[in-house]
Amino acid sequence: MEPFIRLTGIAAPIEGRNIDTDQILPARFLKADRAKGYGQYFFHDARFDGEGREKPDFVLNREPFRHATIVVTDDNFGCGSSREGAVYALHDFGVRAVLAPSFGDIFYNNCLKNGVVPVRLERGIVTGLLESLKDAPRPEVTVDLEALEVVLPDGARHAFTLDPFWRECLMKGVDEIQLTLGYLDRIEAFEGGYHREMTWLRPQAGPVP
Amino acid sequence: MADPAAPRALYDKIWDRHVIVAREGGPSLIAIDRHIIHEGSFHAFNELRGRGLRPRHPDRIFGVADHYVPTHGRRPEDAPTEEIARMIRVFDENMRWGGIPHFSLADRRQGIVHIIGPEQGLTLPGLTITCSDSHTSTQGALGTIAFGIGQSESAHVMATQTLWQVKPKTFRITVTGRRGPGVEAKDVILSIIRTIGAGGATGYAVEYAGPVIQGLSVEERLTVCNMSIEAGARSGMIAPDDATFSYLYGRPYAPKGAEWDRALRYWRTLPTDEGARFDREIAIDGSAIEPTVTWGTSPEDALPISGRVPDPAEIPDAQKRGTAERALAYMGLTPGTRLTDIAIDRVFIGSCTNSRIQDLRAAAAILKGRKSAVPGIVVPGSGLVKEAAEAEGLDRIFKEAGLEWRDAGCSMCSAINGDTVGPQERCASTSNRNFVGRQGPGARTHLMSPAMAAAAAVTGRLTDVRRLAGN
Ligand code: SF4
Repeated sequence: MEPFIRLTGIAAPIEGRNIDTDQILPARFLKADRAKGYGQYFFHDARFDGEGREKPDFVLNREPFRHATIVVTDDNFGCGSSREGAVYALHDFGVRAVLAPSFGDIFYNNCLKNGVVPVRLERGIVTGLLESLKDAPRPEVTVDLEALEVVLPDGARHAFTLDPFWRECLMKGVDEIQLTLGYLDRIEAFEGGYHREMTWLRPQAGPVP
Repeated sequence: MADPAAPRALYDKIWDRHVIVAREGGPSLIAIDRHIIHEGSFHAFNELRGRGLRPRHPDRIFGVADHYVPTHGRRPEDAPTEEIARMIRVFDENMRWGGIPHFSLADRRQGIVHIIGPEQGLTLPGLTITCSDSHTSTQGALGTIAFGIGQSESAHVMATQTLWQVKPKTFRITVTGRRGPGVEAKDVILSIIRTIGAGGATGYAVEYAGPVIQGLSVEERLTVCNMSIEAGARSGMIAPDDATFSYLYGRPYAPKGAEWDRALRYWRTLPTDEGARFDREIAIDGSAIEPTVTWGTSPEDALPISGRVPDPAEIPDAQKRGTAERALAYMGLTPGTRLTDIAIDRVFIGSCTNSRIQDLRAAAAILKGRKSAVPGIVVPGSGLVKEAAEAEGLDRIFKEAGLEWRDAGCSMCSAINGDTVGPQERCASTSNRNFVGRQGPGARTHLMSPAMAAAAAVTGRLTDVRRLAGN
C-alpha cells in the first residue's frame, strides 16, 4: 500500500444519498482481473450508456472532474455489498480520498486497506461543498492526513478524525498481514486456552439430515 | 476495563471472549471462529498466493459457490457464459489448494452461504463469524457475532484467523406489541429500516429484542438479521433461546453428545443481562406494522402497502429531494400513485433473505390453486431446502401457477449468474436490495415478503396479501 500523507487535487461532487457499491462497481464487472485495473468500471453505468458512449451529463465525464483524485459525496456512501472491487475501481480511477458525512461500514474499512482516505465531515459542510464545487474556478481540495484537516477551495479548514491506528497504517503504508503475524505468539497463546475451554467449537461433519 | 461483574449485552460478552490484543479506543485484534467464503474470494486467494501464504486454519474456513452458479443445472458448464463457468471452477481449485472444506456445485448441500451456515449447524451461538459478503449479518439470528468483510480482510482472516476491528457501538431495537395477520418477518425489518434509515445503524451492532422478535421462528429471525446491513449495521443479532437450541440440535456440524451439553451450558450464559447498557435504544410498535413494500432505490424507501408513492416536492432538504427525484425517475413512478396500482412484469422468490422452507411455504400458501399473471422464478436457498420443498409438493404448486422452479443459488438477487431482470422491467422480489441496476441494468425492484410477492404474482400488481390470504 502506498503511504498517504497529504494530497491536493480536483474534487468531484457526486450527488445522492445512499450511493451503494453496486453503483460504484456494477456486479457484472466483479469477475475482472485486478491486474488489468478497475478504473474503467468506476461508476460505469452512470458514466456510459448502453453502447459504451460517455454520458455527457455525468460529473466524471466533465472537465476538470474527469481528472478527480478526490470525491465529495453525501450520506452513507458505499453502503450495500461488501465488494472491495468498489474501492479498487475508485482507486484505479485515481481517487485517493473521499469526503462524505457518513460511509457504509465495510466500504470504509475497505478504503483503509487500499490506501484510500475516507474523511467524515459534518453534513452541512459537505452539502455546501457539493454546491460550490460545481462552478468553482479551481475545484481543488487538500486532504492532510498528518494535520487531520481538509482545506476547501475557499480556504476554509476543517478538522476530521481517523482512528490513530488506521491513520498510522495509511501514513506508513503498513502491511497489515505482516503486522499481525508479528503477534503470532499472542495469537497462539490465546487459541490454546480458548480451544481447551470451547471444546465443542471445532466443526466436525456429522451425517446429512 | 469495565467491571467484570457489571451487566453486559450479548454482543459485549462474545466480543470480550474473542479479544486477543486489546487497544483502548482503537481496533482490537479478535479471534475469528469461522470464515465462510464464496466465489468472490478469488482476490483474497491471489493475495495469499502473492505472499506465499496458505490459510492458517483451513478447518475453520468453509466454502460454497453461490453467487455465480447456474440455477438450471448443477455443472459449471450449465452457466450461460464460459467466463461465469470459470468463476465456479476457479473457486473449486482455490478450495482444494487451501485444503478448505467446501460443498461443490453438485453437492446436494450446496446453497447460499448465509442459508447453509445455519442449516448445517456451522453457525452456532457465541461465535465470531466472518464472510466476504455483507449479508453475513444473517447468521447473528442464532446469537453470534457475524459480519461481512472485504477481500483484503478476508485474506487477513485466512492468513491469521484474526481480524483488527474497532468495537462497534451497541444498539438495541425492541419491537413491542403483536404482529398482525399477514405481517411477516420481512415486513418487520423493512419497517425498522424505514424508521431508522439506510444509514441509521451505521457504526452499530444491533440486537433485536422484544416480544415480536422473540415470537419469530429461527428462520424468520434469519430474515430480520439478514437486512441489518441495509440499515448500515455492522451486524445484527438475537439472543439465543430454546427455539435457537432446538433449531440447532442434530444439525450436521453442531456439537453432539457431551459436547452439545457443554456448549448449551455456555450458550445459556450469553443473552443480554438485565440492566446492560446500550449506546442507543429504540422501540418500535410491532402492532402497527403492515405488509410493506419498497417504492424507490434504497431499502429505506419502504411503505405500508396501503400507501402512495411519495412526492419529492414535499421534502425540504435539497439533497434528499434530489435523491428521491432520481429514485422515482429510475423506478418510472409518479408521485401520488397508489402502491396497489403499480403493475409488475415479473416475480423473484429467493435470496438469502427469503429462500428457506418457511418462506417457500408462505409463498405456496398464496399461490396454491392460483395462476401467476406474470413470469417468475422460485429459487430455493439450498439443495436441502429444494428437497424438503419437493417432498411437501411445493414445487408442484409453483409450477402449476406458471412459475419456474430452479436450483439453489443467489440467482436474480444480484443477477450475476445470468438470471436478470430486463431494462425498465418491474420485479416483485423477496431479496434485500432494490438498488439501481441491482437485478440488471435498468431493472426496477420492489422488495417484499414471499407472501406479498406471491400475491403480486397472482394479481400482476403490488397487492395487499391480506386480500388473498385464507380465501
Ligand atoms: S442471495 Fe443476494 S444478498 Fe444474499 S448472498 Fe446472494 S447475492 Fe448476496
